[in-house]
Amino acid sequence: MKLFLKCEEANHTCDKNQYKDASLLELIKLNIHLIYCLACRKYTARNTKLSKLFKKSEIKTMPFDQKSAMKERLRHEIAK
Amino acid sequence: MSNHIIDASNWVDRYGDYLYNFTIVRVSNHEVAQDLISETFLAGLKSAANFKGEASERTWLISILKRKIIDHYRKTNSNKGKAEVRIQYNSEDSEGDWLEERVSDPFDKTAEDTMENTELGMAIHDCLDTLNSKQASIFKMKTIDNFDTEAICNEYSITPSNLWVIIHRARTAMAECLEKSWLN
Repeated sequence: MKLFLKCEEANHTCDKNQYKDASLLELIKLNIHLIYCLACRKYTARNTKLSKLFKKSEIKTMPFDQKSAMKERLRHEIAK
Repeated sequence: MSNHIIDASNWVDRYGDYLYNFTIVRVSNHEVAQDLISETFLAGLKSAANFKGEASERTWLISILKRKIIDHYRKTNSNKGKAEVRIQYNSEDSEGDWLEERVSDPFDKTAEDTMENTELGMAIHDCLDTLNSKQASIFKMKTIDNFDTEAICNEYSITPSNLWVIIHRARTAMAECLEKSWLN
C-alpha cells in the first residue's frame, strides 16, 4: 500500500472531503501528505474556507421541476 | 432600434438560480418567488423589443424583477389595517408582559449577518457566471443541491473522474474569484 500521495492525489482527496465523499483511509493519507507539503496545506485551507462560505451564504437554487415547468411556459410563449 | 438578439429559451438555465436567490431573500416564500420570477420572464419576453443591450440581460431582468417585488409588497399591504402593529401574547399567562421584555435576542442572527449573507450569495452567483454553463450546473448540483456523484454522472453521462476534474476546476476558479473580498 502506498502511503505517500502525490500532490494531485492529495488535492483530489481534499476536493472529495468537501462533500464528505472521502474514505477514512484517504483522509489519513491526505493528512500524512499535509504534514510535509506546504502547497497542499494552503490548497486545503482555501478549499475548506470556500465550503464554509457556501454554507454560510445559504445560497439556494430553483428546484428542478420548477425550472422545467418555467422553461416549458417560456417556450410556449416564444412560439406564439 | 435594437441590434441585440435575445435568446429567451436559455433564460431559465442562465438566470433562474440568480433571480431565485435574489427573490427568496426578499419575499422569503417559495411559491411567491416562483410566481414573481415567472412573471418577470414573461414580462421580459413581452418587452424584449425595448431592450437596448446597454445593460446586461441579467441586469435588465433584475430591474424588471425588482418592480415585480415592489408590486407584490404593495398588493399585500394595501388592505387597511395590515400596517397596524398588534402585539399577540403567546399564551394566557404572558399577558401583561411588556415590550421591553420582548426585545430581540442579542445572540440571534442580526440584520447585519443577514445582509452580509445576501451579499455573499450575490457574489457567489457573480462568480458562477464566470464558469462555463456545464461546469456551473454540475458544480451547483454537487455543492448547493448536494446530489450524489452517481446521480450527476448519470444525468450528464460522465465518469466520476470527469466529475471530480470539473469540480476541482470549478472550485479553483470560484476560490480565485471570491478570494479578494471573501476569503481573507
